[in-house]
Amino acid sequence: MSYIPISEADKKEMLARIGLESINQLFSTIPENIKLKGYLNLPGPLAEPEILEYFEKRIGENRYGQFLSFLGGGAYDHFIPAVVDYLSSRGEFISPYTPYQPEVSQGTLQAIFEFQTLICQLTGLDVANASLYDGASGAAEAILMAYRIKGKKRLIIAANINPQYKEVISTYTRNLELELVEVPYDKSGRVDKISLDSALKVESSVVLCQSPNYFGVIEDLKTIGEAAHQSGALLAVVISEPVSLGLLEAPGKLGADIVTGEGQSFGIPLSFGGPYLGFMSCKKDFVRQMPGRIVGQTVDVEGRRGFVLTLSTREQHIRREKATSNICTNQGHCALRATIYLETLGRQGLKKLAWLNLQKAAYALEKLTSIPGVSRKFDGPVFNEFVLEFPKDWQEISSRLEEKGILGGLAMGQNFPQLKNCALVTITEKHSKDKIDRYADALKEALR
Amino acid sequence: MINIIREPLIFEISSEGKTGIRLPESDVPEKKGLLANVPLRADLDGFPEVSETEITRHFTRLSQMNYCVDFGFYPLGSCTMKYNPKINEKVAAMAGFTSVHPLVPERLVQGNLKIMKTLEKFLAEITGMDAVTLQPAAGAHGELTGMMLIRAYHTYHGHPRKYVLVPDSAHGTNPSSAHLCGYTVKEIKSNDKGTVSLEELEKVMDEEVAALMLTNPNTLGVFESDICQIADIVHAKGGFLYMDGANLNALAGIARPGEMKVDVLHLNLHKTFSTPHGGGGPGSGPVAVKKILEPYLPVPIIEEKDGYYYFNYERPQSIGRVKSFYGQFLVMIKALAYILSLGPQGIKEMAEIAVLNSNYIRKSLEGIYHLKYETPSLHECVFSDKFQKDYGVSNLDISKRLLDYGLHPPTMSFPLIVHGALMIEPTETESRRDLDLFIEAMKAIDREAKENPELLTSAPHVTYVRRLDEVQAARNPILRWEKKQ
Repeated sequence: MSYIPISEADKKEMLARIGLESINQLFSTIPENIKLKGYLNLPGPLAEPEILEYFEKRIGENRYGQFLSFLGGGAYDHFIPAVVDYLSSRGEFISPYTPYQPEVSQGTLQAIFEFQTLICQLTGLDVANASLYDGASGAAEAILMAYRIKGKKRLIIAANINPQYKEVISTYTRNLELELVEVPYDKSGRVDKISLDSALKVESSVVLCQSPNYFGVIEDLKTIGEAAHQSGALLAVVISEPVSLGLLEAPGKLGADIVTGEGQSFGIPLSFGGPYLGFMSCKKDFVRQMPGRIVGQTVDVEGRRGFVLTLSTREQHIRREKATSNICTNQGHCALRATIYLETLGRQGLKKLAWLNLQKAAYALEKLTSIPGVSRKFDGPVFNEFVLEFPKDWQEISSRLEEKGILGGLAMGQNFPQLKNCALVTITEKHSKDKIDRYADALKEALR
Repeated sequence: MINIIREPLIFEISSEGKTGIRLPESDVPEKKGLLANVPLRADLDGFPEVSETEITRHFTRLSQMNYCVDFGFYPLGSCTMKYNPKINEKVAAMAGFTSVHPLVPERLVQGNLKIMKTLEKFLAEITGMDAVTLQPAAGAHGELTGMMLIRAYHTYHGHPRKYVLVPDSAHGTNPSSAHLCGYTVKEIKSNDKGTVSLEELEKVMDEEVAALMLTNPNTLGVFESDICQIADIVHAKGGFLYMDGANLNALAGIARPGEMKVDVLHLNLHKTFSTPHGGGGPGSGPVAVKKILEPYLPVPIIEEKDGYYYFNYERPQSIGRVKSFYGQFLVMIKALAYILSLGPQGIKEMAEIAVLNSNYIRKSLEGIYHLKYETPSLHECVFSDKFQKDYGVSNLDISKRLLDYGLHPPTMSFPLIVHGALMIEPTETESRRDLDLFIEAMKAIDREAKENPELLTSAPHVTYVRRLDEVQAARNPILRWEKKQ
């Protein structure tokens, strides 16, 4: 095998030094009756060109490439500058472990420190961690963190958050005797204020909402935060489309105590759902309850600045079962990509990117709702995705669009049965006016 | 490595008006007042403004401050830092995979589903288990998922039970994962061979114990030879045997957890299956189970009918989702490419050479470094600093001195049953030359400990930064850059 640099001669000499005659003797502690007889039933070995061919065949079996897509709902197709792929592909970034030896890991550590800073700046909070698995597990971790801080077993979540986030929250909390309470949404697509107030009459640890929410509607975080705080609960905000933060006020400035989310939009390709990037930030006072790795600044013996993993008394390798989370390996390389991406766009670029998304989505919304029978489902303000309502079941329209090479949006009926005539349509800067117009034309025909 | 230039933070080299990219102008008519009643941000205050040249220099310089597997020996015990084959990176970066949205209808992504199903089948074959989920994002996430499956089973059968047993040699994620799953952890003491004591286990195993979490080979690199008896004791009281598969590199192609009566285990694709660790992820932690636990696997599961692949969400006993979408898809591609490139003989050879290399190091350093447990070990060996302590030198000092030799140190933070541990896992992808470089460095460091201990206690000397003040970092946390007022 080309990955094993030990020759037959090496083997002999090494065995001789160990004092054994055969490789088999190395495995003498494994009882014979559980040893595998013969080889595993697997194909291969394949040569490098054959491996390429194998995966090219699989790509050939995918038909997605030929489609014009308007899918979003937690995964977004944004442009990725060449410099992100180029720099992040360096072996020095791909092939180290978690930076346990800071003296030879300053590259990774400094990049994470910059990542934490960028996340703090975007979310308007004091401290951020080095990453979590994804937005969904971030939402679950935020809920558990709020529970550790407040100690009330009742946790309020908005019904209009990403359904997959809701499912993961439910999986994570099921075994911990916690009570999840869902607050419905109103006509505008936002959290229903009256229901929220009534839910908050019973002491709860947290209100978790998403903004822009799963319907693409921007929540009134200030009002939700005030209501939560008045009753003694924290406000946790989850963000699945963080490009919106280029324009929208930082949630931390509107009252959020914990902000978490999905960082895939920041230079990470769609990749059929992973690897993605969970991020989390919070107020300074809560840092010791935060899950995950954190990088801090310090000095070396000569007084030079350096970075280390810190506050590790929160973590499993020291606290074991009393740790704030069991997370160990996170999404380090995805966080590096996001760092390069955000620093490349910079202060002006991210703002402009957000503005482009907003403008194009507004154009698409106007264009599509000018088609007879198509209407906007919720009237709350949107960023780059929105829910449209049609005169018939979306599945039927969707199939017709597919025949024309268009993936028109995500069906809402599965998760919200009352929205079975609705679809979530997502627009990014990659959708030119032509593409949007093409969609409008196809939709007109599909509705005929 | 050129360590002469001190690279500032990006925020410190930022200056107003620069950007690293030109975005296209809008091609739609501008609409005013779109977010009239929404609070907007005045500015992205403090956000960097740099050109593409500066970005490239910045990250190239940062990269040169990192030690990595592409550069040299990385013997972190229980981390399996093997070489990351480049063809794996190439296939995972193909646009046909990276550009696919996760919520595309199944009929348009048959190739992707086939990849996942094939990897599931291969992992089931390698582990001797019946079913696999690829959803968990990393090893600890896999542990959590595995424990949730166990809890779901017990709950479905009337009572979730209270306790999970974990040996004192276990990695910290084991007790942590059990706790997150609502269980109380009971630690069991290892015997003088460093393995699970059957008598101890008999004593604590009862009908309130949901499972035993066992790493095999354990964190000493020692195979739990009594594993079948251990399983019998646990099963007799209706408990499950959970195996932490972090050390599967020692066993793949040699013996299968399925035959060891293991009920559920997680794998680390970023260890055994060569996918890069990325400086802290992404990993991937598939979970393999016996039939009895299959109904509880996370949704969706992938099924195949007449060559057509689809997701099945109709699983009433499922624990639900543990992650968005289907897991770390690109990492799965790399692992599949690796298994295909090795084939059955290659996988067996992988384990054989991993164990050979480890025993070669163990034999070469025996007597120079203290070996607390003399039990034969497989893919890793755990020395301690006991001999060098006499000269005032600790495992930390030895590790820091290794950096001066251009080598990455072993794991030091566990197993907790070896004080001052130096846990060495070379993997199969190291040449004799690299193994000898490490052995000679370790011998030289032992001599230095006796002759000039200060050289070690003040190490490292030649790295980009020298020993860092971790106490100050924790006591006075500076966790982000702030703009000077």
